[in-house]
Amino acid sequence: MMEENEAPQLTEDEKKLFEDLMPEDLDEILDTGVNRRHFLKLLTLTGGGLLAYQAAAAEQVLTRPLSLPPEALPPSTLENAVDLSLRINGTSQKLTVDSRMTLLDTLRERLGLTGSKKGCDHGQCGACTVLVDGRRVLSCLTLAASCEGQSVKTIEGIAQGNTLHPMQQAFLKHDGFQCGFCTPGQICSAVAVLDEAQKGEASYVTGPVRLKAGAKPSPVRLSEEEIRERMSGNLCRCGAYPNIVAAIREVQSGKPVEQTWNFVG
Amino acid sequence: MATTHYIGQPTSRVDGRAKVTGQAKYAAEFNAPGLLHGVVVSSAIAKGKITHLDANEALQLEGVLQVFSHQNRPDLAWLDLSYKDMTAPGGSPFRPFYDEKILFNQQPVALVVAETFELARYAATLVRVQYESEEPTTSLEANLDDLYTPVSFKLGYQKPKSRGDFKAAFDQATTRIESEYYHGAEHHNPMEMHASTVFYEENGSLTIYDKTQGVLNSQHYVSMVFGLSKKNVRVLSPFVGGAFGSGLRPQYQLFMAVLAALELKRSVKVVLTRQQMFSFGHRPVTMQQVAIGATFDGKLEAIRHAAYSETSTFEDYVENIVNWSGMMYSCPNVEQEYKLVQLDMYTPLDMRSPGAATGVHALECAMDELAYKLNIDPLELRLRNYAEEEPSEEKPFSSKALRECYQQGAERFGWANRNPEPRSTKDGTALIGWGMATGMWDAMQMPTRATATLTSDGKLTVGSATADIGTGTYTIMTQIAAEMLGLPLENVTAQLGDSSLPLAFVEGGSATAASVGTAVTYVCEKIQKKLLKLAQAANNSPFAKAKLKDVTFSEGYLRLRSDATVAVSLTELMQQNSINTLEEKATALPKLLKQSKYARNTHSAVFVEVRVDEALGSILVTRVVSAIAAGRILNPKTARSQILGGVVWGISMALEEDTFMDHTYGRFMNHNLAEYHVAVNADIRDIDVIFVEEQDTIASPIGVKGVGEIGLVGVSAAVANAIFHATGKRVRDLPITLDKLL
Amino acid sequence: MNSFSYSRARDVAAAVDEVALPERQAKFIAGGTNLLDLMKENVMHPRHLVDITHLELNTIEDTLEGGLRLGALVTNADTAYHEQVDTRYPLLSKAILAGASPQLRNMATNGGNLMQRTRCYYFYDTATPCNKREPGTGCSAIRGFNRIHAILGTSEHCIATHPSDMCVALAALEAKVHVRGPHGDRAIPFADFHRLPGDTPELDNNLQPDELITAIELPPQGFADHHSYLKLRDRTSYAFALVSVAAALELDGDTIREARLALGGVAHKPWRDPEAEALLIGKSATRESFQLAAEKILQGAKGFPYNEFKIELARRAIVRAFEQALTNEK
Repeated sequence: MMEENEAPQLTEDEKKLFEDLMPEDLDEILDTGVNRRHFLKLLTLTGGGLLAYQAAAAEQVLTRPLSLPPEALPPSTLENAVDLSLRINGTSQKLTVDSRMTLLDTLRERLGLTGSKKGCDHGQCGACTVLVDGRRVLSCLTLAASCEGQSVKTIEGIAQGNTLHPMQQAFLKHDGFQCGFCTPGQICSAVAVLDEAQKGEASYVTGPVRLKAGAKPSPVRLSEEEIRERMSGNLCRCGAYPNIVAAIREVQSGKPVEQTWNFVG
Repeated sequence: MATTHYIGQPTSRVDGRAKVTGQAKYAAEFNAPGLLHGVVVSSAIAKGKITHLDANEALQLEGVLQVFSHQNRPDLAWLDLSYKDMTAPGGSPFRPFYDEKILFNQQPVALVVAETFELARYAATLVRVQYESEEPTTSLEANLDDLYTPVSFKLGYQKPKSRGDFKAAFDQATTRIESEYYHGAEHHNPMEMHASTVFYEENGSLTIYDKTQGVLNSQHYVSMVFGLSKKNVRVLSPFVGGAFGSGLRPQYQLFMAVLAALELKRSVKVVLTRQQMFSFGHRPVTMQQVAIGATFDGKLEAIRHAAYSETSTFEDYVENIVNWSGMMYSCPNVEQEYKLVQLDMYTPLDMRSPGAATGVHALECAMDELAYKLNIDPLELRLRNYAEEEPSEEKPFSSKALRECYQQGAERFGWANRNPEPRSTKDGTALIGWGMATGMWDAMQMPTRATATLTSDGKLTVGSATADIGTGTYTIMTQIAAEMLGLPLENVTAQLGDSSLPLAFVEGGSATAASVGTAVTYVCEKIQKKLLKLAQAANNSPFAKAKLKDVTFSEGYLRLRSDATVAVSLTELMQQNSINTLEEKATALPKLLKQSKYARNTHSAVFVEVRVDEALGSILVTRVVSAIAAGRILNPKTARSQILGGVVWGISMALEEDTFMDHTYGRFMNHNLAEYHVAVNADIRDIDVIFVEEQDTIASPIGVKGVGEIGLVGVSAAVANAIFHATGKRVRDLPITLDKLL
Repeated sequence: MNSFSYSRARDVAAAVDEVALPERQAKFIAGGTNLLDLMKENVMHPRHLVDITHLELNTIEDTLEGGLRLGALVTNADTAYHEQVDTRYPLLSKAILAGASPQLRNMATNGGNLMQRTRCYYFYDTATPCNKREPGTGCSAIRGFNRIHAILGTSEHCIATHPSDMCVALAALEAKVHVRGPHGDRAIPFADFHRLPGDTPELDNNLQPDELITAIELPPQGFADHHSYLKLRDRTSYAFALVSVAAALELDGDTIREARLALGGVAHKPWRDPEAEALLIGKSATRESFQLAAEKILQGAKGFPYNEFKIELARRAIVRAFEQALTNEK
């Protein structure tokens, strides 16, 4: 961004631009720099685009180091501390947490596992979905203290090392995401959906299932309607729902779901 | 076909793996030891002033470092201009903590900074704020006497334009309709709550991770407001959890995090709550009147479109609402009016297809009403008034394959089988209805710069300070660069979301693909030129006489077009010349003079089927076909997702979204995701997307127009029209909830 | 959220002891899906949480009377999926599955479902007056935005609704709520568990602060052959009911031998009127009969500016629910 009244070293392109847009101002710009009047004029003329010139060359986009060891908090800040030991993605963790700390914040703030997302913090969006003892739950409404002795699986534990889980692969193939923020929750939920269906667990749209006494429930065949209902606890504001359903169908059926790119003309 | 051909291919997102494994980091997810947490305290009243703010109880908690408010803020920039960001409307931008005045409900009044989130959140409840409250004015409907015509400047705003003599033509028209339409406030509600993490570096400079649609915009704002040199403010935003307009302007958590970091000389993170996501901008409540006069055979003679909307008391927020009525159809007489009322609320904020989502809804519902009055098929009515030239400016369209959209969409949908009679199609307890609408949006190209760096190991990096808010920017940048230099995708890295990268505009207006795509194309062309030069430098080079158009880049090789066996690998070329790095910068400027001679827009035709429970009124959109003409499609996979998202938004807008303002308190009451309803998975059924390709190098040199917003425009009208067809009930206010059909 | 001490109860008696002293300001926590939400909103401020999740109240067993006893700590999901519930009381399964989301149902417990509090916007928002949250401050909903509020059993102090789906089915099935307090056990008929607001809007139910729900007992009659839970809401899933209906019939050919009808989303408790059900007994299972029952149960219904539609919607929903119960179709 230009400092006001800096006499810039203009590139040829930039000179050309000023020549095209504001020929009467070019000399002034070269002599004394771009002032506020020029700035506003440029804004209007280019519809708001601004010319900037960069001193520094581009650098690598950073992602700060991933997993930090659990931070040791000064004891004074933990009024009601709870000692906790649980398994997260197969690894035992021993922590001391504030009694108020949710499982979600423990994962994100203490364990560097930021894959589980905070979309609302009130159990209304599903972005924080993780698996606790095999069941999908909302980690934002789960006190870390209540997880003593439990086994937690987060998105970071879904893949096997470098090999993606079939659900992750299906999401990639079918573009089951856009911004990606709800995606970890969607995938954790989706993995659980397959498990629930396998166990014959019903949903609101499952037709009447009249079991004979003592019979084990048979796996539910997941129609699209079933998948949609069972995934409705995971909001996606980008609207990737059709692709999410396609991805889940592909994994559940074991058959590739057709991808169509409709082009005309 | 070369294996390094990517443009136009349904390429999977290059950032996909990071997203599906939870590796992608968003603004609130960058940690460091000692990072402090800030929680914002929001006003409980809409208008008045703070008479008493006592932070003592909060400060007494061990681990709470400070409570910032108007009482202890440092001196900041004085001029309004310093607070204006790139997309600010006219007026005075809101200054957090400026003084004791309360201008809108949920106004941020304090920031509590503590060592942990739990502490900060609790301490925030201990900040005792007393108010002297005044009765707020928050109702558009109750204050229509105060309507005024805005004169404001806002990026992209165009004043409504009238032509001909509406009154005379309308009075003489054989068929007339006049209707009023309404929609309430809507909020963006991206999945990611707004957050800023400010790292206070050892030398006092700031590295900021901000949830934004434009890192340069945030950087500009911070440096101006806090009087910092840009060299000492770096803003990063590698991943954004959706924005839809909410990140076009820096939001107050950025201000707060920077303020705290500078004052405490510590790193600070501030994350807004979901409730607070309803406190800084929305799609404004809008009342519209549309009157259309036509001949008996459906030729439009007169259109009047008026829109009345709301803004804050400190900024004039404007949208292009009524303008579309003058642009979409052939009609000699058009009258347009657009007025605002100032209310005690925060300034509305561009929200996906701002203006068009609103205005085209009204127009397309009115067209449907007219079709019924005339007894003409709704699609046929559109065709009879097709505008070959853009009628409001009398310019040719740079491209407009809308006829194809109508045709292809109708055919895919089966529109020809439609029985026009409302309530004619039943299925058990359900009434089935079919509706359609036209959509239109802008196709813009903004000045953009990009860099490219090719290393001798065959790896290419391209960069620009643009954003990827879920649109797929990373991917299209990678595709273009890879194809231009004939490198495999995995050898190419796109960089964005970094204020130290070259100029790019905020990601908005659906302009990014065209703008950044062109810049990446230009900069890669420069690299191509350099490589060709290197090839020519060799003794007896077979490339000696070749120009750029005589060669191809593919599969890692530079070849002669006329003889593919004449080839040299790029890595060899560089190594032979002892060059480790080739670097280039390019500026892509829109050819304004040429572009200004044309109307540049995207177009769509959308067809919707609804099922309405006859007795209970519940509505389900069972089928949608959306046919889109948006120039050249760089990536049909990601482009289709954009349109799907737009259609989902349209359904959500039509049936569910409404932020309810209780005027007694001047407060949005359903400010959470349980009671503000966005579409869930079960609301969405079949959506079919058709792209009608257009060749258009005027809209942008690479033929791209952008698809971020066109997918939404017109959808809500098509849904409303389908509901009319199903039930015979014309519902003119959104959302169409089941009670309106009982 | 204020700081609180957290402990795990080792048995029911110990749990009850912990909350017995009012000055402790202790509350039970199980699934936490409502309590933690309200604590984050600063609406509830317990100083001590007693985690009861691991108490031995987590089984589902037959009763001697031929009914079913649902442990208070069985999750809603496990209850809905349980073979005995699904087979003998499918109305209850259906109602549970209509509520919340799969994740929430995995966390929420049976006891907690009964205890959940209203979702009235004004109750949840400490910036707006609310008699339930702070008696005497006024009811903002009466003259405010009352789309999701009650049309039956309201008072001038409160028009909130109970948001549960499961409770509507439990009301229709005439469940009993078993609770234990410092002075022993008692069983509360479901109809007497939740209260109407009256002039004590701050009280949701008749459970004493030092009592713990141990089980919900279902009588033998489950109406498995003819039942329907119909939920009408502002989106297809993951939303509270505008109006919901639990309808059940026992038929003798075409004649109704017994009927149950309960409404959700319309009052401070699931709404049931035995007189409306009595109207159906001995009648043919026809639309006309159902309409009469609907009229009766909605007698006295009073709408507010934004929820007037609930009366007509409920009327139609009741008829539809009974018709669905006839064929047991969705």
